[in-house]
Parts: sequence; C-alpha cells; structure tokens
Amino acid sequence: MDRGLEGMSRQRLWIYEKIFNGLSFSEYLKSLITPFNMIAGILIVPGFIFIVTRYLYGLGSVTNASDVYPWGLFISYGLLSGVPFSSTGFLMATAYYIFGLKSYRPIVRLGILVGFLGYFFAVCFLLVDLGRPWRLPYPMFVSLGTASVLFLVAWHVALYLSTQFVEFCPSIFEWLGAERCRNWVSRVTIGATIFGVILSTLHQSALGALFLLMPGKVHPLWYSPFLPVYFFVSSIFAGLSVMILVSSLSRRFLRDKTDANFNSNFDAMIFGLGKAASVVLFSYYSLKLISVAHENQWGLLITPYGSLFLLEVVGFVFLPCLLYAYGVKRKNVKIVQITSVLTMLGIVFNRFNVSMIGFNWTLPHREIPHWKEFLIAITIITIGVLVFRWIVSRLPVLRELPKYPKPPKLKEEVFERVRPSFLRYPRIAYGTIQFMNETIKGWKG
Amino acid sequence: MKINRRDFIKAAIIGGSSLIGISGEVFAAEDFSNQPNRYGVLTDLTRCAGCRLCEAACNDANRLPQPEISFDDTSVFEKERRPDWRAYTVVNRYLNPKNEGAPVFRKMQCFHCNEPACASACLVGAIKKTAEGSVLYDESVCIGCRYCIAACPFSIPAYDYYSPIKPKLVKCTMCYTRISTGRVPACVEACSEEAHTFGKRKALIKLARERIVKNPDKYVDHIYGEHEVGGTSWMYISGVPFEQVGFPADLATVPYLTFTKGFLGAVPLVLTLWPALLGGIYIFTKSREQKDETVTQKSEKGEKR
Repeated sequence: MDRGLEGMSRQRLWIYEKIFNGLSFSEYLKSLITPFNMIAGILIVPGFIFIVTRYLYGLGSVTNASDVYPWGLFISYGLLSGVPFSSTGFLMATAYYIFGLKSYRPIVRLGILVGFLGYFFAVCFLLVDLGRPWRLPYPMFVSLGTASVLFLVAWHVALYLSTQFVEFCPSIFEWLGAERCRNWVSRVTIGATIFGVILSTLHQSALGALFLLMPGKVHPLWYSPFLPVYFFVSSIFAGLSVMILVSSLSRRFLRDKTDANFNSNFDAMIFGLGKAASVVLFSYYSLKLISVAHENQWGLLITPYGSLFLLEVVGFVFLPCLLYAYGVKRKNVKIVQITSVLTMLGIVFNRFNVSMIGFNWTLPHREIPHWKEFLIAITIITIGVLVFRWIVSRLPVLRELPKYPKPPKLKEEVFERVRPSFLRYPRIAYGTIQFMNETIKGWKG
Repeated sequence: MKINRRDFIKAAIIGGSSLIGISGEVFAAEDFSNQPNRYGVLTDLTRCAGCRLCEAACNDANRLPQPEISFDDTSVFEKERRPDWRAYTVVNRYLNPKNEGAPVFRKMQCFHCNEPACASACLVGAIKKTAEGSVLYDESVCIGCRYCIAACPFSIPAYDYYSPIKPKLVKCTMCYTRISTGRVPACVEACSEEAHTFGKRKALIKLARERIVKNPDKYVDHIYGEHEVGGTSWMYISGVPFEQVGFPADLATVPYLTFTKGFLGAVPLVLTLWPALLGGIYIFTKSREQKDETVTQKSEKGEKR
C-alpha cells in the first residue's frame, strides 16, 4: 500500500518535472497564458477550421486547384520549400560527425530537430493536399510504382523521417533519463548520418526531377536537365540559412534553454554558416548562368518571365551571396541574419517560379492560391513553431546535460565480438545479395 | 600502403565520374512500340461538324453525371472547354483562318500515349497502358497526389476536387470494355460524319497519309500523334495548323519518361558512391583526431618530464 502510493507520487512528480516544467497542473495552465501563445492561438484557429472543411467537402472547397493546375500552395510551399529548409539535419550531422567540424557541436542537435520537424510538417501539408491521405503507405507496401520519381521521394522522405528520429533519439533518452538506451542509440549515429546524406541527396534532387517530366509546362528559363542539381545545391544554402535564422531566434527568445557553450560559440558558428552559404550560393549562381548560356536563352531574359528570372537569380541568389560574404568579412551578425531571411525568401520564390508562376506558361491564366490555402499554411507553420518550442524547452537540444560530457566510444571488446562472427558467416552476405537480386528481378518482371 | 585524404578524394571523384557514363537500367514502363494489336482512333478535323453527338454518346456509355447544359446546346462553344470530372471528352470550336464562315471543331480527350507520362509519374502504378491501346486508371490504389495531372503534356486528366472521401481521376478509357469485346468506342460509333476511324494504329497512320497525299490542299502535312511524345493511340489530321486549334505545339518526339530515366539511373550511383566517400572521409577525420590526441598527450608528458 505504502509502496504503491510512493510509486504513484513518483510517477506524478515525473510528469510535473518533464511535462509541466516543475509546476503544478493549474500553475502550468496559467503559465501558458502569454502574449505569444495568444497570438499563436489566433493564427491557428481559422486555418484549422478550413482543414476540417477540406475533409468534409473536398479539396475544391479550400483550394484553387484545377485540372490544369493540380497543385497549389501546399505543394509549392509545404513540400517544395519545406523540404529544402529541412536539409539542416543532414548538413549539421555531416559537418560535425563526418567532417569533424567540432566547433558546430552546440547546434548539431538543433539542426537535426529542425530537420525532423521540417519533414514531419511537410508530410502534414501532404496529408491535407492528398486526395486520399489515409493511403499514404500505399506506395510503400500496397502498390509500387517504381518508374516514378515521386515513388523515390515518398520512400526517401519516409526513411529519412525515421532516420532523423533515430538521430534525435539521444536527446529524448537523455531527457527521460534512460541512459542505456541513449548509449545504445548513440552508436548508430555515424551510420545514420551517412544514410541520411544518401537519402537527402536523392530526394532533394528528386523534387527537382519531378519537373523533368514537364518540359512543355515549366517555363524554359526554369526547365533544365540540371533541375535535380539545382534543387539539391539550393537545398544546401537553404538549410544553412535556416540554421542561421533558427539559431538566432533561439538565442533571442529561448535564451534560458541555451548553455554557455552555445552562447560563447554563437558568433563564430553564425559566421561559419554564412561563409559556407556564400560559397554554395556562388556556385549555384554560376550554375544558373551556365545553364542560360548552355541553352542559349539570352533572348528569353528580356521577356516578362525573363525579368522574373533575373530578379530571382540576381536579387535572391547573387545579392545574398555578396551580403553573406560582406557580413562575415565585417563580422556583422545582423547582416548575416537578415541575409538568411533573404535567402529563404529566394528559395520560396524559386520553387514558386518552377511549380506555379512559370508553370503552364503557355496557358493564358495563372493560378493564384486560394486565401484559405494561406490560412491553412499559417496554421501548420504555427503548430510547427509551437512544437519546436515545446521540445526545445524540455529536451537537451541547445544545452548539454552535465551528465554526458562526451559521446561514449565503442569499446574495443565490441569490435572483438562483432568481427569474428561476421567473418564466420559469409553466407549472410551472400544470402543478402541473392535476396536483392531476386527482388530486383521481381520488380523488372 | 599509405594513402592520404587528398589521394582518396581524387580517386573517388575519378571513379565516380567514370561511373556517371554508365547509367543504370531503370525499372520503366513496358515497351509497347512493337505491339501488333494496339488500337487507336484517327480523328479527321475537316469532317467534324460540331454536333456533339460524341459527347452525348460518351456520357451515356460511361454512365457519367448529366451536364448542366444539354448536349444539343451550341452555346458551350463560346468558351474553350476541357474534359472535366463529368466529361471524358469535349468538342471545342475554333476560328478557321482559311475560311471564316466555316469554323473548325476539335474533339478533345485522352490521347492514350504509347508510353504515357502520367503512367511513369504514378507512384502507385495506378495508370497502365494496356496491350489494346487504352491508358487505364485504377481507382483502388490511387492516393490522390495528382502528379499524373501535372505530368500530362496535354492537360487531359481531370479530378473531382469536391469529393471528400473518394476523389478520383477522370479520363477517357477509349471505351476499354467495348474495344476488348470487339466493339468500337461509343464516340466513334455515334459520329454521323465519320470523323473518327477506329482501328489498328499502324493501319490508321497509313490511312491518314493516304488522305493527306490525295488532298494536299485540304490537309496540313502532319499527323498529330504519330510522333508527338513518342506516339499516341489517338491521332488527328487537320486542315489548319494544329497550334491554331488548341493543340500544344513543339512537343518532344520522344516518350516523356526518357527525361527522368537519366535521373533514376543515377540513383544506384549515389547509393554506392556516397557511403564510400563519406565513410572514407570519416575514417580520415577520426584518425587525424586520434593522432592529434596522441600528440597532445605526448607533449603533455614531455612537459611533465
């Protein structure tokens, strides 16, 4: 009897500590009434109503999608802009774990979290946009359209979402105090990171490759055999810019959740990210120019679409490239921060030009998304911000728990145990290859 | 054997670029170029009188919902229409640049491409080209992503955006149930002017060419659909240039899936190259770190002595 009570109170304490930030339930509810939360609530409600109407009366009731413009804001913004913004996870993990850039340690977890949430909410956009969202697992398990680029996107986004979750698991287990789970899951970090880079390379570029199928519909200034390369390269500076913005916002608004390590390295990290973004922006800018020269499209530049293209490439690619370089050189954090917003706007502008503004350019009318689409997008983004804040306020993301000063190293004995057994069973490897061969044959047949 | 990071990266890049030349085989749609039994329809725009009987027959044969404006009302011609969720096919009226008194009518429906862009777009394989020639859609696996609609070079497939539970793609089936039992499509049967001819695609191309050769003044010397997007089952001949009667001009003459083949072929390359490259870099980074550590340890020891 006594032990039961004790157990219960311990459990309740756990909830108070982990979920309610150490407050009692009523205190916690009171603490939620802040100007920020009020504004967030006001932003969420209208769009939420329209999400409900979408499921009651169909997509036509909230979007301007038509038989010639099947996609709207949910795809152009939610998927095509949301996914490049979420490249933060693979960028920071690669920089830190693979390239060994140790100075970015304080924001590695932040990158992975932003990446994970970015993908998660991109999928949320899809759940609103798909005609039958409950069939989302169909391309994985029920009916496989292997010749489709979108098939590749679906698989990779699903796998990458899982991979990022695994990468973020150490934070969750540290928060829960599950030390053994945390140490166990930390061991797969390198493998998960490399797997994540493969998946990211392929699906970031695949989003561009989606439009390879529409040479007559995408305006020639944006249509190019390089589309997959553009989408991949631009996702790199998109992710770097998001890192700059999110780190800065966290420092400003979630300062009590950060630690000394984060704060003392902040400027150096921002300048490092800015410098990297500047270099990638420059190579992207060069690629764009080469493409115009390659296809000999100089004449198109003086058309109305041409001025749109120039605005994008000069105003949102070349200018940020210069501004980043200038900000880093002058050691001016503010310039770098403003440039990150400019770069992100450029990504959205580019994705809209490919998938909406320059799409169906031979047809007389242009699609303008329904105002309800904007409200729904605002709702999903706001929920994303709230979830991000909820996690960062509780889990060790921007700070390190003193208990875990260094990542645990694999003990030598583990190697000893693994190596001989693997050598003893080369059949496993052979069997795997056989199995893959059979599967591929099955797909072809 | 000694190998430093620069050598490794160099080797990886050289090896990688040599691999790019060999694009992997892609699990693409089946090749129908040699299907002898593939049917098609040839539509002769010089014969169409704009009576809309084909629209009515299509609506009836496919049990589609009744339209708001009846099929004998010609007021619909004032606006250019497209097939929608209630109509597999529509007829549009265009000004005849040769003779203003005699407008040109054009029936519009799915072209039933030989290698359809929509089928290669579908991530659940819901769209298939049959051996008979029809491009068919299977509602039972469709997830409603609408990539097929975006991919169609002719903007033909429609979607019922107002259905919350069972939205589906709506498009012409070339009356698959009829042609697979030896009958002709409903619209072809209904036409009083014999504007449409149903038959084997090869024979239709021959017929079209004969008509053009016999009446070089009456026809434009072009069979629309013979080579467009790699060939289509539904083809047209016309007395006026096709781009003036609502046909997309300058379409590529190769199947559209060839545009994504290269990308899909590069997938195995990334799958194999990246782990090798990144794993290599990781090992070098780590060994350098360890070296640094031992160096600092040694120097610390040295200081102590």
